[in-house]
Amino acid sequence: MKMKFKINKKERTLDVDKSMPILWMLRDVANLKGTRFGCGKGLCGACTVHLDGVAIRSCITPSEAANGKGITTIEGLSDNGDHPLQKSWIKHNVPQCGYCQPGQIMNAASLLNQNKKPNDTQIDEGMAGNICRCGTYTRVREAIKDAAKG
Amino acid sequence: MMIDQIRKISRRDFVKATGITTAGLCLGTLSCQSTPKAAPSGTVAVDPIFKPNVFVHIGEDGIVSIYCHRSEMGQGIRSTLPIILSDELGADFSKVKIIQAIGDKKYGDQNTDGSTSIRKNFDKIRGSAAMARDMLIQTAAQKWNVAKETCDTKDHFVIQKGTNKKIEFAKLVIDASKLALPDQSKVKLRKNSDLDHFHKKMPFVDVKDFVTGNARYGADVDLPNMLIASIERPSVMGATIKSFDNKAPTKVGGVRKIIKMPEPKQPYGFQGWGGVAVLADNTWAAMKGREALAIQWNLGEHASYNTKAFKASMETASKKSGPAYRKKGNPSEALRTAHKKHSAQYYVSHLAHLSMEPPVAIANYTEKDGGFCEVWASTQNPQTARSAVARATGLPEDRVRVNVTLLGGGFGRKSKGDFCSEAAFLSKAAGQPVRVQFTREDDIKNDYLNTVALMTFEAGTDKKGMLKAWQMKSAFPPIASTFMDKSEVPPQARDFQQGILDLAMGIDNFEAQAITVKAHVRIGWLRAVYNLFHSFATNCFLDEIARKEKKDPLDFMLSVYADRVLTPKEMGNTEMHNYEQDIEQHPVNGKRLKQALSRVAAKANWKSRAKDKTRGYGLAVHRSFLSYVAVAAAVKKEQDKIIVDEVWITIDAGIVYNLDRVVSQMEGSVIEGMSHLFHGGITHKNGAVEQSNFNDAGILRMPEAPRKIHVDIVTSTEPSGGVGEPGVPPVAPAIANAIFALTGKRLREFGKA
Repeated sequence: MKMKFKINKKERTLDVDKSMPILWMLRDVANLKGTRFGCGKGLCGACTVHLDGVAIRSCITPSEAANGKGITTIEGLSDNGDHPLQKSWIKHNVPQCGYCQPGQIMNAASLLNQNKKPNDTQIDEGMAGNICRCGTYTRVREAIKDAAKG
Repeated sequence: MMIDQIRKISRRDFVKATGITTAGLCLGTLSCQSTPKAAPSGTVAVDPIFKPNVFVHIGEDGIVSIYCHRSEMGQGIRSTLPIILSDELGADFSKVKIIQAIGDKKYGDQNTDGSTSIRKNFDKIRGSAAMARDMLIQTAAQKWNVAKETCDTKDHFVIQKGTNKKIEFAKLVIDASKLALPDQSKVKLRKNSDLDHFHKKMPFVDVKDFVTGNARYGADVDLPNMLIASIERPSVMGATIKSFDNKAPTKVGGVRKIIKMPEPKQPYGFQGWGGVAVLADNTWAAMKGREALAIQWNLGEHASYNTKAFKASMETASKKSGPAYRKKGNPSEALRTAHKKHSAQYYVSHLAHLSMEPPVAIANYTEKDGGFCEVWASTQNPQTARSAVARATGLPEDRVRVNVTLLGGGFGRKSKGDFCSEAAFLSKAAGQPVRVQFTREDDIKNDYLNTVALMTFEAGTDKKGMLKAWQMKSAFPPIASTFMDKSEVPPQARDFQQGILDLAMGIDNFEAQAITVKAHVRIGWLRAVYNLFHSFATNCFLDEIARKEKKDPLDFMLSVYADRVLTPKEMGNTEMHNYEQDIEQHPVNGKRLKQALSRVAAKANWKSRAKDKTRGYGLAVHRSFLSYVAVAAAVKKEQDKIIVDEVWITIDAGIVYNLDRVVSQMEGSVIEGMSHLFHGGITHKNGAVEQSNFNDAGILRMPEAPRKIHVDIVTSTEPSGGVGEPGVPPVAPAIANAIFALTGKRLREFGKA
């Protein structure tokens, strides 16, 4: 089925199975590799993107749900990798293997969009759906707090 | 014993190996291995070789290229190795380019596990850099007609000390490359304190790519005309196919081919798992097609594997005695005459790897010139992947090329070449490039699980409550079972190396026996491997004894370990593997172990913990991978839930370079130890794994992470030990001991029973 998406501010018309999750549409069809596959069941957050500005799990959201809407991926979060969260992530040397980090950052960006100054509990709860197997949680927390100070 | 010799590499050989055509100075380290060595995993034996394995090239454009022959999986190796080189060479780090090496024996051991990357390459990298520096300095000194001793290198220039004279590397390399190689024994390394980044925070090579989505992992490799394969594999080891539906999947749009996989034969090693592959234009179609396969299985003998029954069989087996890999004195007699006896049994279930990026490999088999197979994979060990691919395709190894991508976590899972074997077989069968993509469910169902273990202890104390006798049994199916043609294999001495043969107790009566039980799954190695359960059981049992003897656990633990180096002979060891390192250089040093424990206790204010009314404290200490790590944990209760509030971790890993990456490894180790303790554990029912995804095979989530993790790194001049693995083993027992302090409840198992 042909559908229209606005991906990272660019209009794209793509012919995909309407049930294909946004994750695979992005990775396999639109060739945007920054959004990662971690669980396929909405359990780990590695696939987090924004649908009209709000974080969603792209591995369980069918492409049809994004027809005519705006998708922002990690590649489109900022023009030069200079979103306050990206800068803060670099400052705190957050990543280890790095695989989950686009999802962490996209989720944190959505969190900050909704709550500019989250407290510790709000950060923990807001980020609870994003797993980091390397265990960078304490740095993710610090990086979010630092970016929120901005 | 490794003997490293640095040689000049001819331009021709360099171009051939690297594709870099810029002229310049190129040095390679040649390692002559006098005895072939088997890795701790018992999988890879590196041939006695005499080929260059570390390349350092300085081009006439001034660009320094270094071959990184280890995989990056979060430990920062792609930062640390080049920075060591830059500091020694006096190079500007921004002009250093890292090239990821393919799998080839010429690089020596490429298996990125066993926490070896820095430990094994430290001297080679610095040695090559020091030689190159010496040649650049000689060239400049000749040009200036000054003594070379008055010169040094800094920021990519040769300088004359105390003057303004300086000249870029780029202008020197061609002349330098014509010099005879200096006498290696006369070229001195810089003092550690003179290295710009030694023991400091270092630049982090891939960080910008990580946060912008530009880092490229295995799954990100696309080839023209490539199909994506999703494979329905047997859920029971050794199961075979009765029948399947080869029509229904083709009705799913985008599905192109259905291919039956070859059925693996014992020893399973790194063969694929069997099953049926559905190949499609995209991942979604492959997954959907696979759901329609309706495979009927012959489950075979391992369908008898049930976790509870197996645990009971381990208990029965542990009632008998087994061969002792460590025995000193007369422990049975000492136990009989002890003032008090203590006994306990500890159980640790299978653990899964759960790397964030499920295993993935891309293969392109072409018939050209009798066949060639190129593979791209997030592999920790491109050499064993290469041999696995050769076997799967029937090609000789020199017709296989394995490219290493970034790894989205490895933890030991990606040292196995099974997923590369599958991709290679499918590409050959399909006649086009194929990507094999594991789902999370595949990753859990078809893992090389860390083994399941039961440890049985008896200890005797004297009237003063001091430990006098120690008798333990450790029962588990070993990794070796995956690589042998039978399933019942005794635990090996090299397995006991991990936390028993190097347990720095100097007591007179000590015995550790191995109990044999059968393997029903592919057993593999997970970060810290056997240490995970040996450390858990030993540290918790010591805490138990201390409390029953009314002693402070810190004082008691300090009393049982020796104040000095213990030799394998005086410990009563029949063998000593010592992580394949020289025991003289890396002895079992009770003093370092106790120092780590005392330091962590001081950091946690252990002695004044009674003032903290809301939290319980626990301690643990462990030597593994030649490093010494101690952990203190403070836990509290909130609405009947145990919260790990604060953790202190002290590591003595000898000389460490990249301070921040050591800190991050320790932070990650704390989270991993907690994941094992609170959410870990893989169980089996009728031979199949019961867990399926992150809902039931858990990893710690942010709200459960400690409020604060304090990392303390011992400044040391001892040779480097490992960092990637040794942080994990003491975490779970320290927390379990803290939970006992808080609640009086003793955890004698972790993972699901």
